[in-house]
Amino acid sequence: MDMNRREVLKQGSKFIILSGAARVALDAMNGETAPATDKYNTAEHWWAMTIDVDKCIGSGNCVKACALENGVPDGFFRTWVERYYVSDATPDRPEVDSPNGGMNGYPKIDRPAGKTFFVPKLCNHCADSPCVQACPVGATFETPDGVVLVDQKYCIGCRYCIQACPYGCRYLDPIKKVVDKCTLCYHRITKGLTTACSEVCPTGARKLADLKDPKDPVHEFLRNNHVEVLKPHLATGAKAYYKGLDGAVR
Amino acid sequence: MALVLATGVLVFLAIRQAIIPADFGKYGHYRAGAMKDVRARPISYAGKDLCEACHTDVATLKNAGVHKGVACESCHGPSAAHTEDPSGTKAIKPEIATLCVRCHEAEPARPKNFPQVVSKEHAGDVSCAECHKPHSPKI
Repeated sequence: MDMNRREVLKQGSKFIILSGAARVALDAMNGETAPATDKYNTAEHWWAMTIDVDKCIGSGNCVKACALENGVPDGFFRTWVERYYVSDATPDRPEVDSPNGGMNGYPKIDRPAGKTFFVPKLCNHCADSPCVQACPVGATFETPDGVVLVDQKYCIGCRYCIQACPYGCRYLDPIKKVVDKCTLCYHRITKGLTTACSEVCPTGARKLADLKDPKDPVHEFLRNNHVEVLKPHLATGAKAYYKGLDGAVR
Repeated sequence: MALVLATGVLVFLAIRQAIIPADFGKYGHYRAGAMKDVRARPISYAGKDLCEACHTDVATLKNAGVHKGVACESCHGPSAAHTEDPSGTKAIKPEIATLCVRCHEAEPARPKNFPQVVSKEHAGDVSCAECHKPHSPKI
């Protein structure tokens, strides 16, 4: 009996080792070996975004650029700009509109005295993201450099993450039937470019920031201004830092 | 019985080994190759540094004026294809009628210190470009 068990374990371990080796060989044949040397090192970056609400003019350039850069389907948005109106009479009930994400401007509305301003929104690339925790298959994840991404080959389209995101930043791609969202232009920032939205912002209201880069102006921005994140009470570790954020903003 | 159980375990382990990608769990509970997939996406916006490398005259004019902070592709659209094939593809020449008002039409939600006009009152039907050159708009 002892011999049998030993034999079984011996043969079994050989099988496991050999099947692993066969898979490595197969991957090599299919060209799935490690990529060629890449200068980008995830350990050297920790990406974030800074947004100066007082500079946003609601041009909609960011929304348009995001859609063109990332092939965002019509009617869906990875970034959008909200127009807030807070009336003097009911300051606790702000009115918000963002027609087509603000891509083509905003209709003129005659309203009584109040406060009105634009607020750009995008994925907050939370460090403790509820969407990552909700994904049942490991398709939504945070990269070592602080960007929340979706593995479209793994996503099963269950939409749990869409419900989990407190900022409404995710959508189900109507064609691919998998979840998609702002990637913080991961294909650009890992090649030394800024995000498409930051690139085209005419007033510099939104800027990509690397918190691990000591020379990045983000440190001065955070140090010298009253900065807030959206829904801080949720402790999501949001990394979209807003300057001049009104208390009415949800 | 033990043999059946052991075979079952081995078959399970073999299938598990075969279907889980080698890079799953490299950094966390996800497939590390997914980052490579996202990075492989093509770039549409080349970035103003690349534009200014060739169009030095326009860059000098623009960077001396109030539009110095506005990137080329804010108005001219995504131009990565143009940077790769300058003669084959051209950047967009924007329509003045819709270009300037996009940022400068009076809107209460815009910051008060940002220059804005009610275009109909300011210029009537005269095109903005009659007086203001977009690369250097100060008259």
